[in-house]
Amino acid sequence: MTANQILNPRDWSSHPRQAHPDYKSTLLRSQQHPLVPLPQSLSELTGPVFGHCGLTGQDADLTRNAVRDGEAIGERIIVAGRLIDESGRAVPNALIEVWQANAAGRYVHSQDQHEAPLDPNFLGTGRALTDSAGRYRFTTIRPGAYPWRNHPNAWRPAHIHFSVFGTAFIQRLVTQMYFPGDPLLALDPIFNATADAAARQRLVAGYSTELTEPEWALGFEFDIVLRGPQATPLES
Amino acid sequence: MSSQTPSQTVGPFFSHALTPSWNGRPPIAGTQLADERTPGTLIRIEGRVLDGAGDPVTDALVEIWQARHDGAYPDGSDTFYGFGRASTDAEGRFWFQTVKPGALPENGAPHVNAAVFARGMLNHAFTRIYFSDEQAENSRDPVLASIGPARRKSLVASLRDSAGPPVYDFEICLQGVHETVFFDA
Ligand SMILES: [Fe+3]
Repeated sequence: MTANQILNPRDWSSHPRQAHPDYKSTLLRSQQHPLVPLPQSLSELTGPVFGHCGLTGQDADLTRNAVRDGEAIGERIIVAGRLIDESGRAVPNALIEVWQANAAGRYVHSQDQHEAPLDPNFLGTGRALTDSAGRYRFTTIRPGAYPWRNHPNAWRPAHIHFSVFGTAFIQRLVTQMYFPGDPLLALDPIFNATADAAARQRLVAGYSTELTEPEWALGFEFDIVLRGPQATPLES
Repeated sequence: MSSQTPSQTVGPFFSHALTPSWNGRPPIAGTQLADERTPGTLIRIEGRVLDGAGDPVTDALVEIWQARHDGAYPDGSDTFYGFGRASTDAEGRFWFQTVKPGALPENGAPHVNAAVFARGMLNHAFTRIYFSDEQAENSRDPVLASIGPARRKSLVASLRDSAGPPVYDFEICLQGVHETVFFDA
């Protein structure tokens, strides 16, 4: 993308609505006033760069980056894909951060009270910069589903949280990646807060034989699409 | 043409990844963007995030992005990166140590951009932090002018009456009568 080009608006048919009563935590935390339109200026169209952070391949391998005295437990997987914008152009050198529960569905977090074992060799966080073609790749453990108290017998489908930066601060995206064929998807208020079925499907990774490594790990492909440059310049 | 990937909530369990200092891990960015060596006026922004009942939001993530002291946006070529990240504490509080952003005419009054994330927010929310001691610049700012006076106040951090380096207070109300102005840019 050329520097500081005006971006398409957030696509509100793809993004979830603000208030989604099935997801209880939205009740007191969703906005009631309509968002105020803001013309895009340098303030919105610039954004942080992370080349100085010195990330290495190790940062993207969650099966190794927190090992203390053994191996991370669970089903090894590879999660990889492309970061592009709506025009299909690659977003290179972009920071992607991921976090997730371990194979038993437990986070390394003081507030996670799920009665499931922690894995001393698995922290569940990774970071990577996309390459010149916008590609990223993580090696990790397939996360377990975990219960939450949103409604009786509520379980989150297995997911990996993604935090993504584009080149513009307003391209910022935090999302979750899900796994294909998960029966919990149909029951999950967070996943279903996105009304459009095709948009929801963009949150589900695809199984990939190409990414799968023999005798080692299953591969999942997950492409991420950020707001792209406006196709037709505004008439002025 | 591809279509945008939907936003999803940051959830309650992001801190081991996004603000991992408590865990002895280096964060990608933290609450201190600047120190005495950074050109410009060193300031602190201290804030709180509150929900629609006025209760503190203890699991929010606040990110800021701002210009340097001379009004230019950082491009990674010096040590001021212009980006900060904080999670709220048990009282919903967060703080940043940074430099006061300068203003270029095309950028309007000096301001810091903020993005707020939390469990229960399916999309993050964008706002701006202006400064109460920039009245002349603020009165000329087209973005502030586009908002009615009652709600405009929510965008202006107030300079604390205290000795020492300037401290600005900024409250982020996610919902309700005092709801902060959030933008769709
Ligand atoms: Fe989660």
